[in-house]
Amino acid sequence: MATLELAHDGPSVPAREGATRALLEVSDLHVNYGTVAAVRGVSLSVAAGEVVALLGANGAGKSTMLRTISGLIRPRSGSIMLDGKAIHRLPPVKIVGLGVAHCPEGRRLFGSLTVAENLRLGSAARVDRTGLAEERERIYTTFPILRERMTQPAGTLSGGEQQMLALGRALMAKPRVLLLDEPSLGLAPLLVKQIFRTLAEFKAAGVTMLVVEQNINLALDLADRAYVLRTGEVSLAGPAADLKTDYEKVAAAYLGVRP
Amino acid sequence: MSIELYITQQLINAISLGSLYALVAIGLSMIFGILRMANFAHGDMMMVGAFATLVLQWAGCNFGWAVVGGIAVGALAGVLVERVAYRPVRGAPEVTMLLTSFAVTYILENLGILIFTSSPRNFPLPDWLNSAFQLFDGQITFTQINILTVVLTTVALAALGWFVTRTDVGLGMRAAAEDMPAAHLVGLDVNRLIVVAFAIASGFAGLAGILWAAQSGVVDPRMGFTPLLKAFVGAIIGGFGSIPGALIGGYLLGALEVSIVAFLPSQVSPYRDAIVFALLIAFLLFRPNGLMKRTQEVKL
Repeated sequence: MATLELAHDGPSVPAREGATRALLEVSDLHVNYGTVAAVRGVSLSVAAGEVVALLGANGAGKSTMLRTISGLIRPRSGSIMLDGKAIHRLPPVKIVGLGVAHCPEGRRLFGSLTVAENLRLGSAARVDRTGLAEERERIYTTFPILRERMTQPAGTLSGGEQQMLALGRALMAKPRVLLLDEPSLGLAPLLVKQIFRTLAEFKAAGVTMLVVEQNINLALDLADRAYVLRTGEVSLAGPAADLKTDYEKVAAAYLGVRP
Repeated sequence: MSIELYITQQLINAISLGSLYALVAIGLSMIFGILRMANFAHGDMMMVGAFATLVLQWAGCNFGWAVVGGIAVGALAGVLVERVAYRPVRGAPEVTMLLTSFAVTYILENLGILIFTSSPRNFPLPDWLNSAFQLFDGQITFTQINILTVVLTTVALAALGWFVTRTDVGLGMRAAAEDMPAAHLVGLDVNRLIVVAFAIASGFAGLAGILWAAQSGVVDPRMGFTPLLKAFVGAIIGGFGSIPGALIGGYLLGALEVSIVAFLPSQVSPYRDAIVFALLIAFLLFRPNGLMKRTQEVKL
């Protein structure tokens, strides 16, 4: 797999230290499904260039968080700010246009459309239309298999190839923040490794990411910081390196027992 | 009369009828694909298009411009109905949307009766459209309207084919039909896609209405009802929601109807519609996804 270079507008901000204001700032977010509270007062922040992992058991509210940030679900209360601008009342098309790309759980490609067409739609909401061809070229260089399968319907790709295409489609939006929901879901271990190696390259290139992931070790290896959600609340937060060494504390945060 | 020529004649009839079903069925399928809604008011866009063409001719427009105007008014009516009636109930249970479309049908048809009365009106055609070609000593006849139908349908389908495979909006429509939440996530402007879908679908229905009126010679406010039901059958045979499916389903249905009349004993002809709807039931029972649509497997 070739190395990835990503074009960036400003000087790339190194992780956390020195960042005055978070690029993505979620404050006291409450989200309901009907009468059921799925997210209860979650606050989190992602600085420019930072990779943040969102961990937790099934049903803890991780995917709900990402779907709310993308505007698919309206929060009951709380705020979501992107670079100081409130986005929690905007429709998804505006949020993507402002630079929040979402690579959803289960990939959700358009199976009857070709690989090239899926990538083309990835840039649909992009306001700045310059450099589209270069962006596509970079994605094809990162994932050469996608170039080979350019004219094939996305539904005919293997699971790993589909995940690459889903990543590529999200990158076509030239995101300022990339939301990744379970990038390893349903992939063979070898492919999972490959995908996370690519994500590490994205990180090195300065891509800001908020990653939901079941595989705790992989997520903590990639991330700068992590939040653990339990039943819709933050039960633990801290630098990924610290959490990695204190496995018992993480397990306790997952299950809700006091260490 | 030779059997080959007879079959050729029936083929002309089948293509002519199938074109109308296909035009209506494609619109139904487009709207179902993107909104998951069976739009019963779709047939009334045929009526709107045909009456608009009639009024434009009364106003002194020549036939060609009246047809263009009729298609445009049909498209506009579809967009208006979506904005006023369907958008407020979008996301409501399917039954709500279905009932809303019934309400729209009643309003439009009664509006038509109020303005034009319920008695059929003569649909005037220019002289150049009133002639017919005869070949092989009159064993094969095709009217100018047959030719007009095939030419206009071909142009419309080619334009649609180009639109849904080559333009961002067309690709977006197919994407939204396949997976609406993903379309939102990718940042497609779904409202705009729906408006475009209604404009195209209703414009097609308007065109079908004009051609239907030209073939039968009359227009009346309820003219859209029967072709709408037939188009539903065509769309379901092809796979509801699939554009190529609706195209094939529409032409198959046209061929079937013409065959029933042409090749079966004349006592069977009155049961033409019954046979068509029996086919619908058979498809719903044994192949509900239609001929073209396959369920997509989940890849791991």
